[in-house]
Amino acid sequence: MDFLNAIVLLLNYLFVPALSYGSQLALGAIFVSLIYGILRFAYFTAGDLMSFGTMFTILFTWYFQSLGINLGFLPTALLAMPFGIVITILYVLIKDKLVFSYYRTQKSPPVMLAMVSIGTMFVTQAIVRIVIGPFDRRFFDGEKFILKANEFKEMTGLNEGLTIKSTQVITLLVTIIVVSILFWFLNRTKTGKSMRAYSDNEDLALLSGIDPKKVVMITWIIAAILATIGGALYGLDKSFKPFTYFNNMLPIFAAAIVGGIGNPFGAFLGGYVIAFSEILLTYAYRKFFVYILPESLEPDGLLQLLSTDYKFAVSFSILVIVLLFRPSGIFKGKVL
Amino acid sequence: MRKNLDVISAYTIMLGLIILVGFLQSWNMALSILCFCLISAVMTMGANIQWGYAGLINFGIMGYTALGGLAAVLVSVPPVKEAWQVGGFNMILCAFLIALIVFSVRFIIKKYNKSAKKNYGIAAVIIVGLILLRLISGPAIESIEAVNPATTGFLGGMGLPILFSWIVGAFFAGALAYIIGKIALGLRADYLAIATLLISEIVIAVIKHEDWLARGVKNVIGLKRPVPYEVDLQTKEWFINLVEKFNQGALNLITDTLERQELLKQLVIESSTVFVKLCFAGLFTVVVIILLIITQKALYSPWGRMMRAIRDNEEAANAMGKNVVKQHLLIFVLGSAIVGIAGAMMVTYDGLFTPGSYRPMRYTFLIWVMVIVGGSGNNFGAILGGFAVWFLWVEAAPIALFLINFFTSGLEETNAFRVHLVNSIPYFRFLMMGVGLLLIMRYRPRGILPEKIKHI
Repeated sequence: MDFLNAIVLLLNYLFVPALSYGSQLALGAIFVSLIYGILRFAYFTAGDLMSFGTMFTILFTWYFQSLGINLGFLPTALLAMPFGIVITILYVLIKDKLVFSYYRTQKSPPVMLAMVSIGTMFVTQAIVRIVIGPFDRRFFDGEKFILKANEFKEMTGLNEGLTIKSTQVITLLVTIIVVSILFWFLNRTKTGKSMRAYSDNEDLALLSGIDPKKVVMITWIIAAILATIGGALYGLDKSFKPFTYFNNMLPIFAAAIVGGIGNPFGAFLGGYVIAFSEILLTYAYRKFFVYILPESLEPDGLLQLLSTDYKFAVSFSILVIVLLFRPSGIFKGKVL
Repeated sequence: MRKNLDVISAYTIMLGLIILVGFLQSWNMALSILCFCLISAVMTMGANIQWGYAGLINFGIMGYTALGGLAAVLVSVPPVKEAWQVGGFNMILCAFLIALIVFSVRFIIKKYNKSAKKNYGIAAVIIVGLILLRLISGPAIESIEAVNPATTGFLGGMGLPILFSWIVGAFFAGALAYIIGKIALGLRADYLAIATLLISEIVIAVIKHEDWLARGVKNVIGLKRPVPYEVDLQTKEWFINLVEKFNQGALNLITDTLERQELLKQLVIESSTVFVKLCFAGLFTVVVIILLIITQKALYSPWGRMMRAIRDNEEAANAMGKNVVKQHLLIFVLGSAIVGIAGAMMVTYDGLFTPGSYRPMRYTFLIWVMVIVGGSGNNFGAILGGFAVWFLWVEAAPIALFLINFFTSGLEETNAFRVHLVNSIPYFRFLMMGVGLLLIMRYRPRGILPEKIKHI
């Protein structure tokens, strides 16, 4: 019984939160990795693009709520998300036309493009803050919990409760669907294959008649879709605040690099690596050991490897270690 | 004279703008803008050495700035004796332990050949060391932080004049840069950018949460100043006389003695803040000029030419027998040290150290905007960038307000859209920075004052 309690404890505080946080990071990391592979620069606007998409999702959510439209036990944001995606796609395509396309035709070095993306980061951040303000926003509605701690305790008769928030399940389901469609698209369709070819060897791809404009456009569209979905899921699960989204850029980059930048599948796993290590290393294991060890051996400290203040630092340290020993990331393999 | 015309005219316009602020808003405002412009100029010089001279991207400027600020605290605050008594010995022991770990790891690396066993050995040393550190420092940190937590709760500093911290800050930042350089300089350009950005976040996390070091997010306030305090000035005879002399005209207009006294008192209070800021501006100008002379000399020396050669063609420079790795590390350390000076200067000016305020937007990306806008590779350009961008950063709000009022003048005062825009004025500065950066990168990619290379 104690053993089961210990397992449930870990599930509740470690596994479930890490899984949903990891999914949100993974979605971000995949599009950063895609942009790096195909457009060949570090896209510093990543976090702010996510907040841009989320902002429009929230605006549409409010609009639907004012019309009285809702999805019952599901959050209205799910209905608003496609509209947010469309606007974000328009935004990135306009941005590409006005800003990035010039540097592509000039064949500027990647560093130049990264700097330009800092410029667009400032602009995007300004737009988000001017339109919706810098404050914390919650836009979740519908059924909050799928499984409440008390219900679980009654059901199983254990001491420890297991709480599963509906946002966590939604995050996981949406991530699985989106990521499987994405990998199906990249591996099975002609356009996806041409994107991979372009990422592998640009000159060869151009010689074999691949239209670079189309490849670039599809990349931006995928980026906008993933950014909006990832951002909206994060906002549903926690809350929407532009500054947090900007900060999320850092673990996202860490995930993309740990997974081997330019390799979307690696980035996908990288998101979970970062999320799990952040939570595993900063969790206080005291209660867990109280359950599994005999009473005489009970620990007296918190048994926390690192204080939670260092959550961010953990992912960055992992990144530094990976960069030191495997600069091409954990899952190098094929490019893209 | 002729060939420097662009530099001279650009700087004249810049100073003219600051003086204009003095006339239109207040001299206090103009001088504080000037002080921060000078601090920004030091930061951009540091970043410019790395990016403009050597082509290294360093997105960790925030980390070095914070370390400079930490130096200001550790140098100027008097030591907290009680805290040293309760935890000092253990902390010194920890310092030795860290040194021991570093040396034993180095020893293993040098002594043994590459193998899995060696990696395990290093890992074992580090893990055992960390556990020991935790055991020794844990109780000490707890007792240090318990010493009068409302005002101290940290080890304190050395109680030296704060001006020393400008040098100490440079050493701190340089030391950090040495470690980061050893780890990350082999990476490709954009990897290096991301790695340094993340490492600077780690530095901030440590400063924020290690309360025994500098009180963390509880902030250290009331740092000693290298210049007089306003309150002291207001009672000094010579200062009152000086103010009286300057404002002779205005004072003579008033015949009533009581009223005259009142006006003089007000003028003294106003001028004391201006005087303090003038002193700061003077100090900062000295630093900027010294750094400018040194960097300018370095740029046109054989060493500067070598750096340019490395920047423009690494392989060719390597083939000519230049040690690229070593020079990269050197310039990384030098540039970061200059940023460290700026960090210490800033904390000195503010008189307080607030780790929570270090954010990458303000301390890393804004500095990069300054370097790019001003002109990388040209010291005068970098300084101008620091001035121009900081000026715009501060004055963005009034400009935005003016523009909003101009464009929405057709709408009513209470129109929801207009009110919303007026309320979000602070965020227009991001828009201006972004648009400015994009425009400069598109139409003047080498900055306002581009790099000039003498062809021999």
